[in-house]
Amino acid sequence: MHMPLEDTLGLNLLAANQHQAAHNREHFDAWQLLCLNVMSSPGAGKTSLLEQTLTALSSDLAMAVLEGDMTTQLDADRLEAVGVPVVPITTGRACHLDAAMVSGGLRLLGQRLDPASLDLLWVENVGNLVCPAEFEVGEHRKVALLSVTEGDDKPLKYPVMFREADCVLITKTDLLPYLPVDIERIEAHIHQVNPHCTVLRVSASSGEGLDGWHSWIRRELSAQRHQQLADPRRHGRRVSSGPDHDVVLHLVNA
Amino acid sequence: MHEVDMTKCLVLSMNEWRQQHSPALPVVERVHLQVGDFTCVEPDQLLFTWRLAVQNSWLDGAELAIEAVPLVGRCVRCQHTYSPSAETAYRSPCCDHPMEEIVSGRELRIRSVDYSLES
Ligand SMILES: Nc1nc2c(ncn2[C@@H]2O[C@H](COP(=O)(O)OP(=O)(O)OP(=O)(O)O)[C@@H](O)[C@H]2O)c(=O)[nH]1
Ligand SMILES: [Mg+2]
Ligand SMILES: [Zn+2]
Ligand SMILES: [Zn+2]
Ligand SMILES: [Zn+2]
Repeated sequence: MHMPLEDTLGLNLLAANQHQAAHNREHFDAWQLLCLNVMSSPGAGKTSLLEQTLTALSSDLAMAVLEGDMTTQLDADRLEAVGVPVVPITTGRACHLDAAMVSGGLRLLGQRLDPASLDLLWVENVGNLVCPAEFEVGEHRKVALLSVTEGDDKPLKYPVMFREADCVLITKTDLLPYLPVDIERIEAHIHQVNPHCTVLRVSASSGEGLDGWHSWIRRELSAQRHQQLADPRRHGRRVSSGPDHDVVLHLVNA
Repeated sequence: MHEVDMTKCLVLSMNEWRQQHSPALPVVERVHLQVGDFTCVEPDQLLFTWRLAVQNSWLDGAELAIEAVPLVGRCVRCQHTYSPSAETAYRSPCCDHPMEEIVSGRELRIRSVDYSLES
């Protein structure tokens, strides 16, 4: 006979992704690097900004990029041209990166270099203002871009992304003289859904605001380092097993 | 459509849950979800992808019951709760304050499972 039963779970729907993300983050902390997840709608300027940022910071910071793209390797090629290691992750049908894809990217990255030698790991997410906000990949900070050409209502229409961001970059400010858009309104709308995030105005074309952006990166890097040294998370706790794990674990010991 | 991936995650979590009952095989009647309004999830899409995902699996026939959880904010100035909306830029009607504290609406939760065990 059948006994009707009920179990209370209270478990996150995305628990499987969150476990993998936590696992990735443990590796990042063991490697003492800062991982930044860069998100925006298609074409808001993620790759252009990264080109400028990697060029500006590579003299004193060791960096690598995991490049999410649905079908092509175009962005990865652009960034590789700057001289920084780039691992392309083609997501196929998926309109966002998830933690398992990033774990796969880490494995490939580990074949090219020792991740413990890195200061910064960039993740360029798939161009999409919706779901990348819900799928953590293990990042320490979320960076959202919004270009001035997208209009000032986007933070209100796609609030989850802007709510989750630690830093919002308003990009392509060099175009402001040609557009009927009020940048202060954009900033105000971002702060309506996320009063405490950092909002910066930048242009990858003119270089405006990039100094402030680079300062933000350095500040967050040293804050994260500080935390990692104060609380060195030993790898192996809370970590699920499986073939993937063993490969990545091997990298830690390499 | 990210609900496909959400559903995959949900099925993985359900697989983990089944392990707890091993070696018994739970027959799942209903999975109760709470989905907040302030998430990227469309409940209708989720119902649709769920039906496809569980076909011919141990969860075939299990129903998904989705409880929508409204977005509720708390004004940090005066502690009143309110319903933030895009139309009013999520501000509190009492003090014109931005949406600082979210009381509910971010839920993506498997609340409970109705099932039976063969005995
Ligand atoms: N005027 C101006 N154009 C820019 C700026 N940054 C990027 N662009 C242009 O915007 C377009 C898209 O830039 P990308 O850097 O490829 O944008 P993306 O966010 O990486 O795009 P996806 O990865 O496809 O989502 C390109 O034509 C760039 O030249 C900027 O600061 N000013
Ligand atoms: Mg790009
Ligand atoms: Zn997606
Ligand atoms: Zn591991
Ligand atoms: Zn108030």
